[in-house]
Amino acid sequence: MAPVTYLEAIRQAMFEEMAADPSVVLIGEDVGVYGGAFKTSEGLLEKFGWERVIDTPISESAIIGAACGMSYLGLRPIAEMQFIDFIACCFNQLTNFVAKGHYLWNAPAPIVVRGPAGGGVRGGPFHSANPEMYFLHTPGMKIVYPSTPYDAKGLLKASIRDNNPVLFFEHKFLYRRLKEELPEGDYIVPLGKAAVRREGRHLTILSYAAMVHTALEAADALAKEGIEAEVIDLRTLMPLDEEAILQSVKKTNKCLIVHEDTKTGGLAGEIAAILFEKAFHDLDGPVLRVASLDTPVPYAPTLEEAFLPNAQKIFATAKELARF
Amino acid sequence: MPASDPRSSAPLSRQQYLDLYYFMRLNREVEDTMTRLFRQNKIVGGLYSSLGQEAVSVGTAYALEKRDWMAPMIRNIGALLVKGVPPRDIFTQHMAKYTSPTKGKDGTSHFGDLENLHIVSPISMLGDLIPVMTGVAMAGRYLGQKLVAMTWIGDGGSSTGVFHEGLNLAASQKASFVLILENNQWAYSTPVRRQVPLENLADRAKAYGIASYIVDGNDVVAVYTTAREAVARARAGEGPILIEAKTFRRRGHAQHDPAEYVPAEQREFWEKRDPILLYEKFLTERKLLDAKGKKAIEERIATLLEAEREFAENSPMPPPEFAAEGVYCTGDNCHKIQPRWERPLEEVMPPKSSVEAVWTVAGFGRGKTSDSGGNAPIHFGDTQPHRADEPPPPADAKSAGGKSAGKSKAKAAPAKASARGKARR
Repeated sequence: MAPVTYLEAIRQAMFEEMAADPSVVLIGEDVGVYGGAFKTSEGLLEKFGWERVIDTPISESAIIGAACGMSYLGLRPIAEMQFIDFIACCFNQLTNFVAKGHYLWNAPAPIVVRGPAGGGVRGGPFHSANPEMYFLHTPGMKIVYPSTPYDAKGLLKASIRDNNPVLFFEHKFLYRRLKEELPEGDYIVPLGKAAVRREGRHLTILSYAAMVHTALEAADALAKEGIEAEVIDLRTLMPLDEEAILQSVKKTNKCLIVHEDTKTGGLAGEIAAILFEKAFHDLDGPVLRVASLDTPVPYAPTLEEAFLPNAQKIFATAKELARF
Repeated sequence: MPASDPRSSAPLSRQQYLDLYYFMRLNREVEDTMTRLFRQNKIVGGLYSSLGQEAVSVGTAYALEKRDWMAPMIRNIGALLVKGVPPRDIFTQHMAKYTSPTKGKDGTSHFGDLENLHIVSPISMLGDLIPVMTGVAMAGRYLGQKLVAMTWIGDGGSSTGVFHEGLNLAASQKASFVLILENNQWAYSTPVRRQVPLENLADRAKAYGIASYIVDGNDVVAVYTTAREAVARARAGEGPILIEAKTFRRRGHAQHDPAEYVPAEQREFWEKRDPILLYEKFLTERKLLDAKGKKAIEERIATLLEAEREFAENSPMPPPEFAAEGVYCTGDNCHKIQPRWERPLEEVMPPKSSVEAVWTVAGFGRGKTSDSGGNAPIHFGDTQPHRADEPPPPADAKSAGGKSAGKSKAKAAPAKASARGKARR
C-alpha cells in the first residue's frame, strides 16, 4: 500500500464508514460538489449521492442542529466545520443542546463534528484556532485531536461509531505534510487511549496534535545532550488517558506539557492539577508548560512564529526541568 | 394563502370536535393543578402558564400522526398531552421527582421520548429546535418514513439568529417541517411591536420562500384545520410551512411575574376571547356538547388528575448519587442506536446512490411564498437535470462560478444568479 496523507486518511475513514453503514451521512458547507474546502470529502458525493452528502447554507448552528436531529432517528451524521474556528458560531447548539441531551433526557446524539484546526499555516486569527478547551469544559462531548494519518483514520472511525457527540479536530498543518502507510482493511483506534511516541527515562513530555512532532524534534535534540525524554501523544483529550500520563510520570518523575493552544486555561493546567492530585509524591520538579502566547493568533509569519511553541522553546524548557 | 375560514371547508367528526375540547380542558386543568402545587411550594423552580393559549398547543398537535415528531416549547403542555404524554409525567417533571421522564435531571416541559412518542426535548435557548426538527424531517425523508416534524416558537424567539438559520436550511432542503409561530404578543415584558417591525410575523416566511398561514390562535377549530392542511402539504413534499397563530399570554412570563406592564384593556379584550369559552359556545350551538356531556368530561379529567397528582406527590426525589450518572452514553448496553428503514437500503448505497455532480437539488430555489409573486424574479438553481450530452461541470466548479460572476459586474444580481446556476445553460 502506498503511504497516504493525514488528509487522505480522514477521507478514507469517512468513505469506508459510509460504504459500510448507510446511517452515516455528511453535512456541511461545500462538502458535496466541491469536496470540502480542503478536499477531505472529495468523491463522496459522486459515490454516495445527494441524500448522504449534504451541502448546506453558511449556517453552523443549523448544521449542528440538523445533525443532532438526524441522529435522533438513528443516523450517525458527520458535520463538517469548514474551519474549526467557525465552531464558535454554533457554540450554543453544541454546548446547551447536543452535549446535555444524554444526561438530561436520555437522548444520545451520535454525531461527529470535524474540521481543520490549528495554526502554522498563516491562516491568521480566524482560521487557526484550537478551540478544544471551550468544549473540554462542557460535560457530554468527547474530544479527539490526532497527530498521525494512522490515528486520524482509526480515531475518526471510532468517533463515527461512538454513541456520543465527538469533536474531531484535524490539524491542518499536518494535512499534506505527513504520509504513512496504513494497514489494509478496517481498523479503529479506540478513544481515550494515549500513545507513547518515544520512550525515555529522564522526563515526560505530554502533547497532542501537531505539537507531538515538534516535541519529538526537541526530544532528538535533548537526546544529544544525554536527556532521554519520553514523548506521549494524548490523541484523545476527553476522555483523557490519565493512566498513561500517571504511569509515565511515575517513571520519569518530571513532566512538561506542550500544546499549541494558548497557555492560560489550556489543557496543560488541567493535567498539572491531575498530577498534583494523583502523583505529587512522584514529582521531582515543577510541572512546566510550553504553549502559545495568550493572544489571538497573529497573521504575519514573524508574529505567528513568535506566538507558537517550537522545538527550541521545548528544548530550553525541558533542559531547565531536567536540572531538578 | 392565509386560511380564510377553514372551519367551513373541512368538517370534523363529532369525536374530533370532542377530542379538541377534552384536550383543551385537560391542558387547563393540568396547569391549574400545578398552580395549586406551586402555591403549596411543591413545584421546583418556575412555573410557566399557557392560560388562554390552549387552542394553539392542542389544535396544532392534534394534526400530527403517531409517526410524526414534535418538539414543544415551554407553553405547549397541551401539545404534550395530545401526543400521548400522561399528566403524571408533567407533574413529576415540575416537581423534579425521580419518577419523572428526566428522573429529576431537568424540569418543566424539558423532556422527550425518542422511542415511542417521538418528542424532542426543548432547551431554554429559543430557536435551537428549528434546525433540530429540520434534521428530524431530513432523516425521516432519508429513511423513507414520510414523517412531519413540528415545533413551536414565540414572537420573541422568532428574532433569534438560529430561527433564521434553521428555517432557511429547512426551506433549502424542502424539509417536511411545520413551524408554529405562537404570537402571544409578549416576550417577557417586551411587546411584539417593540420587537419586530412587522404587522404579521407570518411575513417572515417570505424571506425563506415558504408558505405561511395566519390563524386566530384562540379558535381551536381554525387552528386545527389550518395545521392539518399544513401538515398534509409538508408531508406531500411542499417543504416547510409557517403558521402564525395570533393569541395572547394572559399570565406573566412565569408565576413570579404579575405582568403589570400589560395594558388592562388588552388583557380584558383577550380574556373575553378565552379559547375554551369560545369553543364551548361553538359546541353548544352545534349541539355537540350539552351540560351532561360537559360534566362527564369534567369528571373524567378530575378523576384522572387526582390519581396522577397523587402519584407525583408520593414519588421520591432522585438520590444524590444519581447526580454523577449519565453524562455519556456507554455504548450498546446503554442505547442501541438503530435507524428504522422504510425504504430499500440499496437506494442509498453505491452503486445506486452514485450520481454525477450537478449544482442544485430538485425543486430548490423556486422562491414560492404564501401569496406567490412576492419574490424578485431571480431564479438561481432551478433544477435542470444534467443532460448526458453535456460535459459535466468542472470539478473546480466553485472557482469557475466565482470568475463568471466577477466578469459581469454590471448586472450584479442576475450575474450572481447565473453563476450559481452553473448547470443551467
